Amino acid sequence: MSNVELAGVSRWYGNVVAVNDVSMNLGSGVTGLLGPNGAGKTTVLHMMAGFLAPSKGTVTLDGEPTWGNPAVYRRLGLVTERESVYDFLSAYEFALASAQLHRLAQPEAAARRALELVELTDAQDRRIGTYSKGMRQRARVAAALVHDPEVLLLDEPFNGMDPRQRLHMMELLHSLGEQGRTILFSSHILEEVEQVSGTVQVIVSGRLAASGDFRTIRRLMTNRPHVFAVQSSDDRRLAVELIGQPSVNGVDVTRDGLTVRAGDYGSFTRALPKIALASGIRVRRLLPSDESLESVFSYLVEA
Amino acid sequence: MSTVTWITARGLFGRRRFLLLFPLPVLLVGLAVLARSAGVDPGQWGQPVVYGLGLGVLLPVTALIVGTGVLGSEIDDGTLLHILTKPLPRWQIVLPKLAVATGVTALTVAVPLYVAGVLVDSVRFGLGLAAASAVGALAYSAFFLALSLLTRRPVLLGLVYVLIWEGLLNSIVSGTRVLSVQHYVVTLTDRIAPTALLDGSVSLPVAIVMSAVFTVGFTLLAIRRLRTFSVAGETS
Repeated sequence: MSNVELAGVSRWYGNVVAVNDVSMNLGSGVTGLLGPNGAGKTTVLHMMAGFLAPSKGTVTLDGEPTWGNPAVYRRLGLVTERESVYDFLSAYEFALASAQLHRLAQPEAAARRALELVELTDAQDRRIGTYSKGMRQRARVAAALVHDPEVLLLDEPFNGMDPRQRLHMMELLHSLGEQGRTILFSSHILEEVEQVSGTVQVIVSGRLAASGDFRTIRRLMTNRPHVFAVQSSDDRRLAVELIGQPSVNGVDVTRDGLTVRAGDYGSFTRALPKIALASGIRVRRLLPSDESLESVFSYLVEA
Repeated sequence: MSTVTWITARGLFGRRRFLLLFPLPVLLVGLAVLARSAGVDPGQWGQPVVYGLGLGVLLPVTALIVGTGVLGSEIDDGTLLHILTKPLPRWQIVLPKLAVATGVTALTVAVPLYVAGVLVDSVRFGLGLAAASAVGALAYSAFFLALSLLTRRPVLLGLVYVLIWEGLLNSIVSGTRVLSVQHYVVTLTDRIAPTALLDGSVSLPVAIVMSAVFTVGFTLLAIRRLRTFSVAGETS
């Protein structure tokens, strides 16, 4: 079992701070690195993979620094977000070249095993240039897995995959994690992380906003105050009824209807139909107005 | 053949910029054949074709295209990461790439220069040009390969070196020739096969030592730079 540790890591580019005092410890199993675009996920992954020196703090793999230490790649595999791949090679040649560069004893067998893992054996002899986006991604994962690494880092691995490929990749990551490997993948999509990993690290604006069990963090996210836009046949009467509800923190009457601030998402959405029915008010429109991922993350930072 | 050499060679021959290598050698040999078959005195066309076009344009431009192609293209498209994520000492990446760049450049340049040298003067002059241009290919390749790691615009800086430093400053300020690969090649050729066509403007020891300094110095610089190669986050 391998352990990746970030201790007080910051990274800045001139005056811009990309990652700010992040500490985390990754052990075996699948961990999701969640955060909106531009949060610093890729910078964190690149520092873990030894492609970026931390401006402050240390990044280690089993106690060894990852920066300037090519020996760590014996135990580490990396799949970057960028789609770059040798278009002129077939997937088999690509995986074989990776195995040879790792100086594996049986590179041909290792290449075939890696291609089987990502279900690419049928197309393994075609040039990668002719592949779909999802197939190229799988070829890159095969090359990263060819030496059976203890640690696998993946930057947005589900990008460009169709639902079936996505499911297969999720199963693959899951099984690799269950085998005791340390898997970290980044994503800006909550549902992807939810389906694959039990542990999550949430990064917002370069800072670690939340860390730990996904269900706990998810509960924090769903229990946060929500803002809804409501339109009904009688907005003022509905406002009076709603303000008496414990799940409602406040109601604004506007020209376009009501803006309701609910303290609890579940209680409010269950209570509203009952109130409307009892009062004889027809609800024409109910829209959650702050459901963007950014607002969820912002709440986590403030929490 | 090492895997890095194989991937580098496949990548180089698989890219369109490889086609840029063909017009200049064809032009050089074509001009030499045309002038020779028209019976023009080699004293009139030898220097512009061999020195002006061959050593002044064909050699450095070929080395620039190939030297920046073997590493710079992989940095640009991100494929270099596939090699960098392997437990290889960085010299095992730089040296095969330098070998491919030097080999392809030397082959592309030495053959047409040999043909032109034979048509202009003699087989010895042709062999002298081929051997000296191979040395020049090595020094240029080490320089341009290192430029790929030192700057984001290696082709532009390489062109500035070839056109401004070697093409312009060398003819105005003679002291700048000490840092000119082109003049090392001229001196080496002149010593192997002395002719009236080429006149070495730096001494032989300077040409030999500086060729070695260019090659070793920029190769070590490239290895050192690759050890601390950074990849900035795209989403940050």
